[in-house]
Amino acid sequence: MNSNSPLSRFALGLAAASLALGGLASAAYAQRDPAYEQARSSGRVGEKMDGYLGIVGAATPELQRLVNDINIKRRAVYAEKAQAANATLEEYALTAGCVAIARTSPGEKYQAPDGSWQTRTSAPPLRDSRCPA
Amino acid sequence: MRQAELTSECPGVTPLLMQNGHRDTMGMRWMAPVLVASIVALGGCISVNAPEGPIVIELNINIRQEVIYRLAEDAGNTIEENADIF
Repeated sequence: MNSNSPLSRFALGLAAASLALGGLASAAYAQRDPAYEQARSSGRVGEKMDGYLGIVGAATPELQRLVNDINIKRRAVYAEKAQAANATLEEYALTAGCVAIARTSPGEKYQAPDGSWQTRTSAPPLRDSRCPA
Repeated sequence: MRQAELTSECPGVTPLLMQNGHRDTMGMRWMAPVLVASIVALGGCISVNAPEGPIVIELNINIRQEVIYRLAEDAGNTIEENADIF
C-alpha cells in the first residue's frame, strides 16, 4: 500500500490525534496512590454500598489512615456534587457506591447488599436492587 | 417558682380562699392545677419528641430508585474525574 496516499495519511493523522488526546486525558485525571492500588488489588480494602471505602479483615494503623484519608476526600467530592445535582449527600454517595462497585476489577473486594464482603469475579457484582443497570 | 406562676395565672383563686379561711383546702386546691399542668407539660414533651426519630430513619431508607437513576451518570463522571480516590 502506498504510504503517501491521502487516505493513509489521514488515518495516520487520526491515530496521532487520538494518541495525543488519550495522553491528555490520562494526564488530567490523577491515578491511584501505589499503596491504595496495592490494598485494593490484594483485597485488604473494598468498596462499600454507601459509597465509601472499607477495610476487609484486620485493620492496621496505616491502612486505617489510608482509608480515612480517601473517605474524607470522597465525602468532600460527594457533598459538592450532590449540591450541584440538587440531591442529598447520602443519595449521591449511595449512587456513587453503586457505580464504584460495578466498576471493581476481578479480585477486588466489594460489599454485597447483605453486608458481607465479596470478591469480584468476571460475573456482575451483587448490588442493591435500587442500583442502575 | 411553679407555684408563683400558677397563682399569678389564676388571680381570683387565692384571695377567695383566704377570705373563707379554709387554709387546708387551699393547699389541696392548688395541687390539682399543678398536677394538670405537669401532665400537660409531660404530654407536650412526648408528643413533640416522638415523631423525630422515625422521620430521620425513614429518610435514610427512602432513597428512591429514581433518584439513583437520575444521579448515576453524574456519579460515573465524578468517579472518572477523581480516579485517584476511587
